[in-house]
Amino acid sequence: MEVHDHGHRDEGHGDTALGSELLSESSAVAPSLSADLQTELKASLAGKTGKQYWRSLEELSDSPQMQRFMDDEFPNRSSLAQINRRDMLKFMGASMALAGLSGCRSVFMPQEKLVPYVKAPEELVPGMPLFYASSMMLGGYATGVLVEQHEGRPTRLEGNPEHGSSLGALDSLSQAEILNLYDPDRTSVVTEKDDISTWDLFTERIGVQLELQNSIGGAGVRILTGAISSPSTIEQIENFLKTYPQARWHSYEPVGRGGVYAGAKAAFGRALEPIYDFSKEKTKAILTLDADFMSAASMPGSLRYAREFAEGRRVVGDRGDMNRLYAIESTPTLCGAMADHRWPVKSAQIYGIALNLAAALGLPVQASSTNTIPAEHFAAMVEDLRANKGVVVCGDFQPPHVHALVHAINQSLGAIGRSVRFVEPVNAAATRAGDLLPLLDDLQAGTVELLFIIGGNPLYDAPAEYQFAESLKKAKYKIHHTLYENETSQLCSWVLPATHFLEEWGDGLGHDGSVSMIQPVIAPLYEGRSVAELFSLLNRKPRGSYDIVRDYWRRNGLGGGNFEKSWRQFVHDGVLKKPVVEFSGTPAVSFATLPAPTETSGWEITFRADPTIYDGRFANNGWLQELPKPLTKLTWDNTAIIGPADATEMGLHIDDVVRITYKGTTVEAGVFVLPGQPRQCLTVHLGYGRTRGGVIATVQGDHGGGFNAYLLRRADAPFFSDGVTIEKVGTEMNLATTQTHQPIEAAKRPPGLEGSVVPQFPGDHREVILDYKLDFFNEHINEEVEKRAEISKEIRENNLFPEEIFDWKGEQWAMTIDLNTCIGCNACVTACQSENNIPVVGKVQVGRHREMHWIRIDRYYSGSGDNPTINWQPVTCVHCEKAPCEPVCPVAATVHSQEGLNQMIYNRCVGTRYCSNNCPYKVRRFNYLNFSDNQRQFATWANLDQQQKNPEAAVGVTEKNRRPLLKMLNNPDVTVRGRGVMEKCTYCVQRINNARIEAKKANRRIKDGEIVTACQQACPTQTIVFGDQTDPAARVTKLRKDPRAYLLLEELQTRPRTSHLAKLRNPNPAIEPAQTAEAAH
Amino acid sequence: MATKNPIERYKELFKGKPEPLNDAMITGRQTNVTLDEAIGSLVLNQKRHKSSWWIFFTIGVMGTGILGVAITWLLYRGIGIWGNNQPVAWAFDIVNFVWWIGIGHAGTLISAILLLLRQQWRNSINRFSEAMTIFAVMCAALFPILHTGRPWVAIYWLFPVPNQLGVWPQFRSPLMWDVFAVSTYFTVSLLFWFIGLVPDFATLRDKSKNKIGRVILAIVSLGWRGSQRHWHRYEQAYLILAGLSTPLVLSVHSIVSLDFAVSVVPGWNVTVFPPYFVAGAVFAGFAMVLTFAIPVRAYYGLRDLITMRHIDWMAKITLATGLIVAYGYVLEAFFGWYSANPYEWDMTMYRRFTGPYAWAYYLLIVCNIIAPQIFWFPKARQHLVTVWIVCQFVSVGMWLERFVIIPMSLTANYLPSANKMYYPTIWDFLMFGGTIGFFMFLMLLFIRFMPIINIFEMKDLLYKLKGGGPQTTTDAVGPDEALGGVR
Repeated sequence: MEVHDHGHRDEGHGDTALGSELLSESSAVAPSLSADLQTELKASLAGKTGKQYWRSLEELSDSPQMQRFMDDEFPNRSSLAQINRRDMLKFMGASMALAGLSGCRSVFMPQEKLVPYVKAPEELVPGMPLFYASSMMLGGYATGVLVEQHEGRPTRLEGNPEHGSSLGALDSLSQAEILNLYDPDRTSVVTEKDDISTWDLFTERIGVQLELQNSIGGAGVRILTGAISSPSTIEQIENFLKTYPQARWHSYEPVGRGGVYAGAKAAFGRALEPIYDFSKEKTKAILTLDADFMSAASMPGSLRYAREFAEGRRVVGDRGDMNRLYAIESTPTLCGAMADHRWPVKSAQIYGIALNLAAALGLPVQASSTNTIPAEHFAAMVEDLRANKGVVVCGDFQPPHVHALVHAINQSLGAIGRSVRFVEPVNAAATRAGDLLPLLDDLQAGTVELLFIIGGNPLYDAPAEYQFAESLKKAKYKIHHTLYENETSQLCSWVLPATHFLEEWGDGLGHDGSVSMIQPVIAPLYEGRSVAELFSLLNRKPRGSYDIVRDYWRRNGLGGGNFEKSWRQFVHDGVLKKPVVEFSGTPAVSFATLPAPTETSGWEITFRADPTIYDGRFANNGWLQELPKPLTKLTWDNTAIIGPADATEMGLHIDDVVRITYKGTTVEAGVFVLPGQPRQCLTVHLGYGRTRGGVIATVQGDHGGGFNAYLLRRADAPFFSDGVTIEKVGTEMNLATTQTHQPIEAAKRPPGLEGSVVPQFPGDHREVILDYKLDFFNEHINEEVEKRAEISKEIRENNLFPEEIFDWKGEQWAMTIDLNTCIGCNACVTACQSENNIPVVGKVQVGRHREMHWIRIDRYYSGSGDNPTINWQPVTCVHCEKAPCEPVCPVAATVHSQEGLNQMIYNRCVGTRYCSNNCPYKVRRFNYLNFSDNQRQFATWANLDQQQKNPEAAVGVTEKNRRPLLKMLNNPDVTVRGRGVMEKCTYCVQRINNARIEAKKANRRIKDGEIVTACQQACPTQTIVFGDQTDPAARVTKLRKDPRAYLLLEELQTRPRTSHLAKLRNPNPAIEPAQTAEAAH
Repeated sequence: MATKNPIERYKELFKGKPEPLNDAMITGRQTNVTLDEAIGSLVLNQKRHKSSWWIFFTIGVMGTGILGVAITWLLYRGIGIWGNNQPVAWAFDIVNFVWWIGIGHAGTLISAILLLLRQQWRNSINRFSEAMTIFAVMCAALFPILHTGRPWVAIYWLFPVPNQLGVWPQFRSPLMWDVFAVSTYFTVSLLFWFIGLVPDFATLRDKSKNKIGRVILAIVSLGWRGSQRHWHRYEQAYLILAGLSTPLVLSVHSIVSLDFAVSVVPGWNVTVFPPYFVAGAVFAGFAMVLTFAIPVRAYYGLRDLITMRHIDWMAKITLATGLIVAYGYVLEAFFGWYSANPYEWDMTMYRRFTGPYAWAYYLLIVCNIIAPQIFWFPKARQHLVTVWIVCQFVSVGMWLERFVIIPMSLTANYLPSANKMYYPTIWDFLMFGGTIGFFMFLMLLFIRFMPIINIFEMKDLLYKLKGGGPQTTTDAVGPDEALGGVR
């Protein structure tokens, strides 16, 4: 892969050669008329007071009344009848004269020319994608991305290998940003109280207001932002604040890391950003206290942490050693699923455990009296942490004193400086800006004249008791700069379109404080401007984002000898390769001031960012809505998650509706029974129950949408609290999961079989998931391999076909999936969706089990329902050498290639679905309705139904006036499959073919590692390896011969080309006795 | 027997009084003229069809309309309007296909195999059984075409049409075999039926008073004059077609069963399927013939031609094939255990016997195994209402059998993560109900416009029953006592 620099096009960002090509490109694909019409109208309205020219938005839009008016050629014909003879003659004369004018076309019609590249842009070969480095921002933290761009059209995001927070991998949330870029629901124009306006008019009007504020130092001006780490943007904001010294800046992030910073402040005297290092050399034992460091939705830097953690567990060959992970957490997370030991406790009990841990390590604290973990297990764990380079990770959701205590614990474990380092807080807004509460006071006092809300959606996600909507109404001018018109925009006087990060220049800080570059890859699709541009406008020095960023870095850090060179390097790499200044100090926690642990009783409610739509900002993203949440496998909804024991006690089942009451507020939610959830602990995910924010975000009822958990969330307990009551309502709702739940009810599971088999039925001894304990593995794996080899041999000898028919010539593609490092994070699922143009089907269709993902991550439980062991198993088409799907297709639409690929010939497929029936792995996906029309997939029937029910929420979402933008999202290298056609994983055959062409041109063999499948590329833990199994040196060849390698359903003699590698667990022998040879079977 | 009120007539029809078991294959004072009259007048004298016909015909037309709507919507929206999913990619569509094909089996069995076995009792029932076969195969053939994702290409890509791409169908696929099996079966059945109709059409042509009717009948009777040569050719052709049809009876459903038996799906991959499916098909087919014959013989006064002896024999065949089917069920369960294959056992024990669709399995046992056992009792076989009700059980049971085999086996097979339930939608039911309506529609047209019993073969039978000898069409001598002579 090549990374190209387009920083050298420094004529200015909007007018680069690339930019204007993009403009002509986008007009070539003809955005819908209404968009053009709007643009034209706005152009003509620029600088004027609009109201005398048009009356209402309906008039500009496609409202039926307006249509009727337009369709009627002579709407005023009744007045025509009254015309007299003289007037008639006048009109006729005038008409004739005007008819002549129509000859002068060019006078009236703008002339635009579409011309091909007369001079081809440098480095652009039609048909070959270019990659640009940029960064995706989430909660102020940058993750480096490479943007795949086809002829000026970005189609896909991949991780930037140069970037410290990504290392070449990319999580689902970031990958799905490409869909947001093309989302037709994005804010596209400046509006003033729902009337279309312009930036110029905005500048003029707000300029007048700011002028008035000038005299009082901006005392009536407030800025509300989310997390911001961008140095250049902060400079712009601070310049603004310099001009208006009485103005105030507030910041609010619904799932922020306030606790982390406050905890560091308590321990070190200043807010700091902890960075962990889980690499083998630094850390051997990890304890997470309600921290999920592997999930992008719960901790920044998760991609890097997951990689380091996985490297510490990677075992090759017949011996290995692994780090050990202990998880003490409330709701099960990815970390909990990977943990060698997991103890489910309530979030509030974490503090008590931390105190016990501190006491056990000899810190002067009062140990908590409650023992939530068996004492001998706890002691063994503490010993392990102390002896084996241990580190404790505290969850972002824990209050500051827990963080402070954990810093002290880490200090006494010797982890600070080794496994934990500290840098300046990444989210500068958190330290420089005020909280939301003072803003609220000011709003209520009526002192706020001008309120700039930069991004965010406080009306929806601010703490419930703030009643933000009421206060907001008191501000005179509310300006919302946003990517989506949401609940907050509704109350704002001005709504300004923001640029997507792929449309703007910018910068930001990674989780470790390193500087990342945001580089545009497409000219803004709408009239968006970046935050920095907005403030430069308010500062009366309007500049483009390119100039702002470049200028900032010229002055800060990139100056010196050759600015141009280092700037280009920065743009090219996407990250500033400069060591980050680390804070070195020791925590000084005043143990005396630590609060006493509180006893919790009754139900606890835990608020978490949703694993797929985060705090609600991705609610309009179909990919993320339909991405099965890792543990629940739920799509399109959030639920009240409770444990199986409580469910049994309360007579609740999945799909039941419960009423949750917390401090006088009541919401109704569907129940999800999740094994591993602690007793009397209710987990709700944020981000659902939206009423405005796009077609997908506002789906309801049978189409998803969940419930609004923010209604329950209060400032004093943002992440967990007790005092919640749950009662059964008696009604049911439909939840759409992609994997049913039967392993929980496997009380039938024979004792002694936990772990290594997943029985579907009593007496099921199949090796679906192979699972060993590390000690057993190191001792006995060779015997195990021999045993398995014998069985394999027997299976192979039962073959009716001569072995020679499997000896093909040429490259033979194969894949391995290492269950030992798979963390179940879903990155591969989104990567596949993005690469292979996989459609979104909607909740109703997921409920009918028609989801289209080519990869599914199977989740299997073993052990007890209260605290099960969780195993992940990604399954895609395994490309059987003797594929059962092939002989049953009546039209030969699925055939085998010479290179061992099981190919789908989409054109030939008539859709008998016999192949799917005959596929033992059930990896084939059928397009039952026309899911692939990606215009319809977002304006589904769901939304049309909904529009009828709730026209206000769905205003302007008819299919007709949606812009056909989503077509630009498709990967041109992959066929878009229509209705009635079977599809499945192709091993990314388009990437194989590209590599083959390159190899042929250079007259060489395809090198190992040259072909990287989309799933492999996104995987943060490098679980997936792909290559040519005839190449003895290839990684995949070696891994397929690894002692842990096994073939899924080998007994069917399908001879899969994908091998799975057995899972290893590394339990503490003092807690869990070693596995015996018998128990392994 | 012509009561005015149709309701009265049905009360009479099902008054529940057992008709005496009459050993004769033709009863009453019959001559060639009375035979012509009894059968031919259904076509020639349209006044014989009263309001009942119109009631059922209206139901049939409505069903056909529903079918049309269901097909149109299906083509417009796609297979997604049904409840099929992944992993249950085949459900009602293929269940209905196999069910209809099964029903189409009795006709050819009666026509061909009984002909070759010189079972003259077939003469009374072969004509409408054959018609049923053809209409049932038409209903069946809708499903494999319409269940494909893209029927517009399936229609010709499934046939080995030479093309410039040189792409051929895949002959290893059982679906391909289905195409040949079903289309051959349909063609041969149609020819067999039509050839048998030719002499009867000629008879009607000669008797018809209606000018238009005469022209149409003249065309379809292909210039039949009843010459010695015609009869000779006819007998030859009929025998050859019977010979061709006989293996088809066995092959069609065997091949349909291979759709399942060839696969790796637990619950499908069963070697006993071909004979078991054929037996099931004959079972279902006879049930359907009885379902049709019992009301029609009563309503149109054909009790003398389709006698209680026919009903009795058909009930016996139903019982016999039902026992074969029951044996199949036992073997299926036995093999599930004896194979020591955990998947098969899972399918048998934890899907069929105890799974979420176990009700379907038990209902199937009740319908297909328990209900027909009443036919061991001669009194039950003579009691028309009982026979008719048992036949309904069998039809339901055979549908359930296919439901148990097809979607139920697919809900769970190898990887536990892929197990999903299947629920049909309204369109699944409308499509199925629509084909039943379409079938009724065609059968009712058939009753009205074609001789539903083979006239000349009945004459031949009458002749033989009377002990042979010269016969003229004016021979009015029909000694009752002679009729029971041949058994």
